[in-house]
Amino acid sequence: MRDAKSLIETMASQLRELLARQKMTEPALIGIHTGGVWVAEQLHAQLGVTTPLGRLDISFYRDDFSRIGVNPQVRPSELPFDVENRHLILIDDVLYTGRTVRAALNELFDYGRPASVLLAVLVDRGGRELPIEANVAGTHLTLSPDQHVRLTGPDPLQLLVQTLP
Amino acid sequence: MSATHIQLDSQGRLLHFLTIEGLTHRHLTDILDTAESLRGVAERRVKKLPTLHGKTVVNLFFEASTRTRTTFELAAKRLSADVLNLNIATSSAVKGESLLDTLHNIEAMQCDMFVMRHSQSGAAEFMARHVKPHIAVLNAGDGCHAHPTQAMLDVFTIRRHKPDFPSLQIAIVGDILHSRVARSLIHALSILGAGNIRVIAPRTLLPAQVENLGVQVFHRLPEGLRDVDVVVMLRLQRERMEGALLPSEQEFFQQYGLTEERLALAKPDAIVMHPGPINRGVEIDSRVADGPRSVILEQVTNGIAVRMAIMSITLGHHARLTGEDA
Repeated sequence: MRDAKSLIETMASQLRELLARQKMTEPALIGIHTGGVWVAEQLHAQLGVTTPLGRLDISFYRDDFSRIGVNPQVRPSELPFDVENRHLILIDDVLYTGRTVRAALNELFDYGRPASVLLAVLVDRGGRELPIEANVAGTHLTLSPDQHVRLTGPDPLQLLVQTLP
Repeated sequence: MSATHIQLDSQGRLLHFLTIEGLTHRHLTDILDTAESLRGVAERRVKKLPTLHGKTVVNLFFEASTRTRTTFELAAKRLSADVLNLNIATSSAVKGESLLDTLHNIEAMQCDMFVMRHSQSGAAEFMARHVKPHIAVLNAGDGCHAHPTQAMLDVFTIRRHKPDFPSLQIAIVGDILHSRVARSLIHALSILGAGNIRVIAPRTLLPAQVENLGVQVFHRLPEGLRDVDVVVMLRLQRERMEGALLPSEQEFFQQYGLTEERLALAKPDAIVMHPGPINRGVEIDSRVADGPRSVILEQVTNGIAVRMAIMSITLGHHARLTGEDA
């Protein structure tokens, strides 16, 4: 069990630096349901972003529909801004295979053509199956495939590492 | 009993969508919640999701339909499926054998879903019993039996306006006897725990023992409309009527037609629904159909999201069942 608060502060300061270096103004933040939205809500407040927060549910974009079907807990995606020509920061809790991010990028492009997309994650646990990397990570963990990392929340936000039986 | 049974797998998941009867509150709310997530797709630049990419949906319509067939088609296309429309005009009695022949021929085209409308009750269930295990069958209306996707889009529309079902009084008005829409809607509303379901119709247009469905029966429109939250008008189905069930359309309108004056008896925020196509001046006055309380066109829009939900849920369960690879 680990508190996510300091990790999110790390993410916020890295993002501030990155945005300044790349001269990106007025970025929009988008959290991926569910854990990514929790992290994005905190970052949104800490970075003082004025554009309202976006929320993405990638259930209909997953590449394993033909194995697992529709997620019954699917929620509407809400992007309360125009994606066209905007700098976006995509936020998730855990980066693992990269498949969720692939699905999220595909969904984003169905809303418009963004100027750029950065990826910020709370935890990068390695194990990528696609050529996807985070621009910002709160922490890097080295875990074996039988270990599972999960964010519990929304209050308090805590990281839970479990070994699957 | 049987249609209920065949549409679920051993763990109670939806494999086909044939009838509302026998489904649980959970089945219905899963469909409604999924449809809610799909509703926004129509407002995006790309009105399409990749979910059913590579799947083939066959619209098999043995009976005329514009709205239902086109919204099924659009639903499938918005999920990236390929769609084949077969409009098979036939006489009312289609033999089981020829239906089976049709089925095997379409099966041979490697499709994944049948959306079927037929004038015979039980036709979709018959298909579901005989299709290969990877194919899902959706009932788009069978005779006077059921029209479950219409019922789901109706309750979806009601829920978006008035989400608290136990507090609702809902009146279904008109030709209940021939209406598969009414039957399916009554089942859906009961499962969702609607407070009071009323049917308002002349005796000749009510099925026998309609009270057994858990509805309150009224024969006079003004009494039945008093204080209701939702009014569902049905189309007068002249084509299904045998013999003299009705005096004349004018007389029907005088007694059962929804006018602004009669609508005033309902709650001030009551909504007016109709599955379409509407017979203006027969069951509903134009001023009501086009008025501020009418949600008739919303029902059409919602029909797309609801059908997308049912398609993706049933095909998703098939995929899991047959262990198909991504």
